[in-house]
Amino acid sequence: MAKQYNAGVQDYRQTYWQPDYVPLDTDLLACFKITPQAGIDREEAAAAVAAESSTGTWTTVWTDLLTDMDYYRGRCYRIEDVPGDDSCYYAFIAYPIDLFEEGSVVNVFTSLVGNVFGFKAVRALRLEDVRFPIAYVKTCNGPPHGIQVERDHMNKYGRPMLGCTIKPKLGLSAKNYGRAVYECLRGGLDFTKDDENINSQPFMRWRDRFLFVQDAIETAEAHTGERKGHYLNVTAPSPEEMYERAEFAKEIGSPIIMHDFLTGGLTANTGLARWCRKNGMLLHIHRAMHAVLDRNPHHGIHFRVLTKALRLSGGDHLHTGTVVGKLEGDRESTLGWIDLLRESYIPEDRSRGIFFDQDWGSMPGTFAVASGGIHVWHMPALVNIFGDDSVLQFGGGTLGHPWGNAAGAAANRVALEACVEARNRGVELEKQGKEVLTKAAQSSPELKIAMETWKEIKFEFDTVDKLDVQNR
Amino acid sequence: MSSVADYKQEQQFETFSYLPALTSDEIRAQIQYIISQGWNPAVEHVEPSGATRNYWFMWKLPFFGEQNVDSVLAEVEACHREYPNNHIRLIGYDNYTQSQGTAFLVYRG
Repeated sequence: MAKQYNAGVQDYRQTYWQPDYVPLDTDLLACFKITPQAGIDREEAAAAVAAESSTGTWTTVWTDLLTDMDYYRGRCYRIEDVPGDDSCYYAFIAYPIDLFEEGSVVNVFTSLVGNVFGFKAVRALRLEDVRFPIAYVKTCNGPPHGIQVERDHMNKYGRPMLGCTIKPKLGLSAKNYGRAVYECLRGGLDFTKDDENINSQPFMRWRDRFLFVQDAIETAEAHTGERKGHYLNVTAPSPEEMYERAEFAKEIGSPIIMHDFLTGGLTANTGLARWCRKNGMLLHIHRAMHAVLDRNPHHGIHFRVLTKALRLSGGDHLHTGTVVGKLEGDRESTLGWIDLLRESYIPEDRSRGIFFDQDWGSMPGTFAVASGGIHVWHMPALVNIFGDDSVLQFGGGTLGHPWGNAAGAAANRVALEACVEARNRGVELEKQGKEVLTKAAQSSPELKIAMETWKEIKFEFDTVDKLDVQNR
Repeated sequence: MSSVADYKQEQQFETFSYLPALTSDEIRAQIQYIISQGWNPAVEHVEPSGATRNYWFMWKLPFFGEQNVDSVLAEVEACHREYPNNHIRLIGYDNYTQSQGTAFLVYRG
């Protein structure tokens, strides 16, 4: 029977709180951590979040009756306590798939993290996890190539790859910059990287940089017999300039380009990822601005959600934190999102902060990139944590070597290979790492000096964003 | 500058080529690793001037389902006897990822 129109404001819970709802396989599911304003009960605040992130607005409107609201509305179907924190709770919301444009990560996030985050009834709101149904995943392009194709292009098997961000990050001329790239690559790194801040500044315009860097790559390949690359940053003020730089990188023979997916934007990133698949270019993704969104435990978007957004939008590499270096990152939580980045099916696992089963089907996996304040002494732990499908990037840990970049690169390469060789023999790297490195240093003076140089440097600060666990 | 060493450039061969040549015990351990991962061992060789090619010569066929480390090592040695001047590498084909789980040089030609 048709409903009648009653103007006015009604409680959100009447429409958007439905504890008996069984989510459909095609529903997009979200888990929000809600910190409500005082005096607002759980069901009402949770229903409000479901409403404001889907079909609802603050009052009833007559045009609601022109459509099938039961089909389109999001529903909060479960509320849970947050372990160890009484100030907030988890709300699970199911969204019908037809609320979202196919293949548009942009559209999904405009709904899920749009107006609702400024909504007055909640004091703080955090998107903890999202389950993308396989039906939706299949509409997205995803990584341009993925792990397997990149290994074949670059001829790198059975080990993590090694990278390095060229420093100083601002101020070098193009030719001097190319020198730093060449030295790193000839010493044994697989990749070097533009710092994210490097775009096309007065001290080094992009075209000059691209040409000298490509020369460095080709010379290093000739001198080592190995395949090399440099992530040419094509992040630009406008899409037109971004594509112009990408086209030029392809024209001169670079195997890989780079983009900042949050500052550049998801639309730009998705477009560039599609271009990369079409044009045979690998795509390295930086994540500047992520900590603005993901570091506060009560507000924002968890990095595991940003990880999923990137995998859907497209990237062959994504920075994930190091666990052991200078930047924030809880170990179990990091293990969770590197699985989300690389595996085909990831089951719910609260001990790693994963709230939903996630099925990616045949969508390619993305290499996890560990970068920031790491050096040879971290190598055993990094190999253990990240496994083979990763890029370990030592910036200061390569360029800061007392004998220069090539020696620094060689030290890292020897340390990496010694750790992989030992791991394959069954050695427990995090227990016997010191012995493995010490033995390898006997035949590598470069590694020996590196180990002496960085012996005392540790970054032992507590993590700000921890997993929610009972701690009382 | 007397404390700074000059870095000597050499041709390299990807995984494990920055370590001293693996001993036969170390090679055995890596073969055991390939087998225990469920990968299929294979041997390839090439004349040194062709080292950067994607496709080296396959030695016979990959040893599908081979579980015996000695048998794999024997194939490496047989290939080396037949082509003493060629590079020889050992591969572990991973049919699940449709990639090579590992690949490393055993003999430099």
